[in-house]
Amino acid sequence: MNALLLTLALPFAGAVLLALVRPLAVAGWLNVAISTTSFGAAAWLAWTVATAGEVAGYGFRVDVFNVYLVALTAFVGMTTSVFSRPYMQHVCRTGMTTERGMRIYHAMYQAFMFTMLLALTTDSLGVLWVAVEGATLATVLLVSLYRTPEAVEAAWKYFILCGVGIALALFGTVLTYFAAQHVLTEPGAGLTWSILYRHAADLEPSVMGLAFVFLLVGYGTKVGLVPMHQWLPDAHSEGPTPMSAVLSGLLLNVALYAVVRIKMLVDGSLAASASPHLAGHLLMGFGLVSFLVAGLFLHRQRDIKRMFSYSSIEHMGLMTFAFGLGGPLATFGALLHMLVHSLTKSAIFITVGHATHIAGTQRIDNIRGLIRTQPMVGWSLLLGVIAIAGFPPFGVFTSEFLLLTATMQSQPWLTVALLTGLAIAFAGLLRHLQPMVYGPAPEGQRPVAANMLPVLLHLALVLWLGLSIPPFLVEWLNRATELISGAHLV
Amino acid sequence: MSITTLPLLQQLVLVLAAIVLFTSFVLLAQARLVSAIHAFAWQGALTAAATAVVAVAGHEPHLYFSAALTFLLKALLIPWMLHRLVARLALDRHVDLLRHPALVVMAAVALVIFSYWLVLPMVRLELAFTRNIVAISLAVVLIGLLMMVFRQQAVAQVLGFMSMENGLFLAAVSATGGMPLVVELGVAFDVLVAMVLFGVFFFQIRDSIDTLDVDRLNRLTESLEDER
Repeated sequence: MNALLLTLALPFAGAVLLALVRPLAVAGWLNVAISTTSFGAAAWLAWTVATAGEVAGYGFRVDVFNVYLVALTAFVGMTTSVFSRPYMQHVCRTGMTTERGMRIYHAMYQAFMFTMLLALTTDSLGVLWVAVEGATLATVLLVSLYRTPEAVEAAWKYFILCGVGIALALFGTVLTYFAAQHVLTEPGAGLTWSILYRHAADLEPSVMGLAFVFLLVGYGTKVGLVPMHQWLPDAHSEGPTPMSAVLSGLLLNVALYAVVRIKMLVDGSLAASASPHLAGHLLMGFGLVSFLVAGLFLHRQRDIKRMFSYSSIEHMGLMTFAFGLGGPLATFGALLHMLVHSLTKSAIFITVGHATHIAGTQRIDNIRGLIRTQPMVGWSLLLGVIAIAGFPPFGVFTSEFLLLTATMQSQPWLTVALLTGLAIAFAGLLRHLQPMVYGPAPEGQRPVAANMLPVLLHLALVLWLGLSIPPFLVEWLNRATELISGAHLV
Repeated sequence: MSITTLPLLQQLVLVLAAIVLFTSFVLLAQARLVSAIHAFAWQGALTAAATAVVAVAGHEPHLYFSAALTFLLKALLIPWMLHRLVARLALDRHVDLLRHPALVVMAAVALVIFSYWLVLPMVRLELAFTRNIVAISLAVVLIGLLMMVFRQQAVAQVLGFMSMENGLFLAAVSATGGMPLVVELGVAFDVLVAMVLFGVFFFQIRDSIDTLDVDRLNRLTESLEDER
């Protein structure tokens, strides 16, 4: 319990503290320090859960499923803060933002981490909603940090679209509460996920089906499912790069986590009704459409951060599809994919941040010869893209392979769609990548001070996960799979 | 079961909810910003009144608190903040005409019918009261959504957003007797922070495109990518 409270209290205190700290250098280091200690606390929490099982109390509940996301969130938060310190100092020196903007940036960074961790650890569907909405509020000012017309437009779009989406999710939550009130006798228990889950079979199926549609559309907006994805490429491309890294690596995961939790409930409720697989089929449909559409859009992009944000939509689509497919193999694959995608995508965004500083632009056409100018950045980008495109020996290959196998077992015809989508996405990424990393560098292009440690760490982890998944992680994911799909894989 | 056989207090809640729905239509079609803000304030006050009646009918003391909170937030604080922002942005006399008013209002009517159709399967659970109230609040939410789509003015969009919140609150209060207190406080906090941020954004938008017609925020489309 202490570990849990510490994990939540650290970023909260950090947000308050960083709102007050004026000197930029101090704030940067403080951000790193807080993020690192939060990761320590999250690791402690993970250890507690691994040895003693569920941690619950005060309206929180941490089980095998969310503890792994808590650890992942804190880890990516830590490495991104390491990257963000010199990067944002550089941004501040070039005059794109002010000292006051930087104070907002650091405070909101920690506030964002707090809302993410709160959303993951809470046991109440209502608090989950409040935290996910809080995450929008914390990041929306960061998207418009540079105050260019494009940035303001992206932020407004993000605010309005996610606001609407999340309002629909609240309606779904109200409907769930309504269904629960007719079953549960304990007052105030109506939104506690663990109690609802125990009584899932008694919840009125017609209400839960309706609630699921609202909740899926609502949280699906945050996941970036097509056609509610419009905010995502804009927010990713116009916001500061560390923000793109945490949005892609963490926020989308947390939204998907919410969808999966709700699917578990709805599946239990609809099991005896006329359409027991409604939730799964909806997820598969949305997931597959997002996967294919985003793959096609990859080809059309001119902005490097936009391109990688479409790649995020594509991968979130794949995971949504896999969770919809259900069954232990698909669920295990999806959980693993969540992990490797977060690590790889945040590594790519960090590298892209350095690449755009080298080239002085985000336009793909004007980023040339990265390997000539700064081999570390060039090679990292190359390896990152190869990893995200699903090449062996990286971890993304492993998880995509598992997902394909699972699809072949239960829906063989959809394998064709998945393989086509993967090929399209791969072609889209590679055709843009090749001229960026190879070839001669433009005149006067100079290397920048880059801290590549986070990138190397992430890519090394993804490589490790591709070569051999450590037994404790298999055990961990296996228990999470059992929790979600009702059966374990190995 | 017909509506007239319901207890009087529940009938009162239904009447109040129906007037909330009516204010949604007023909001949707109101061209003058200041009048629209007044309509929104009335909607907030009516939502608070409905909450208070539910509290009396169901003897739920914590709903008195929710009613007071809603009244403060939705009927006083947020309209006042919007008023001040509109004055500071010199939009007091701004008129924002809908492009196709008749069509939009017809669409809103269609949304009301759609909401009633959506709740049809909920026959088994409850009586006429809950079904009506869920349908009405869903209609308020969807009309808020419609308003955000069809209004090109940032302030009007925010009013749409806030009236969606009113619809959600109405659903939570009348259909379920109020969410747990933690959630209600959290939602109120989020709405308040959202309002403050909206205020910040009005100025950022005006600084960047010299107007609050968010229609002009069109630099980030896929088709224009080549020109940038």
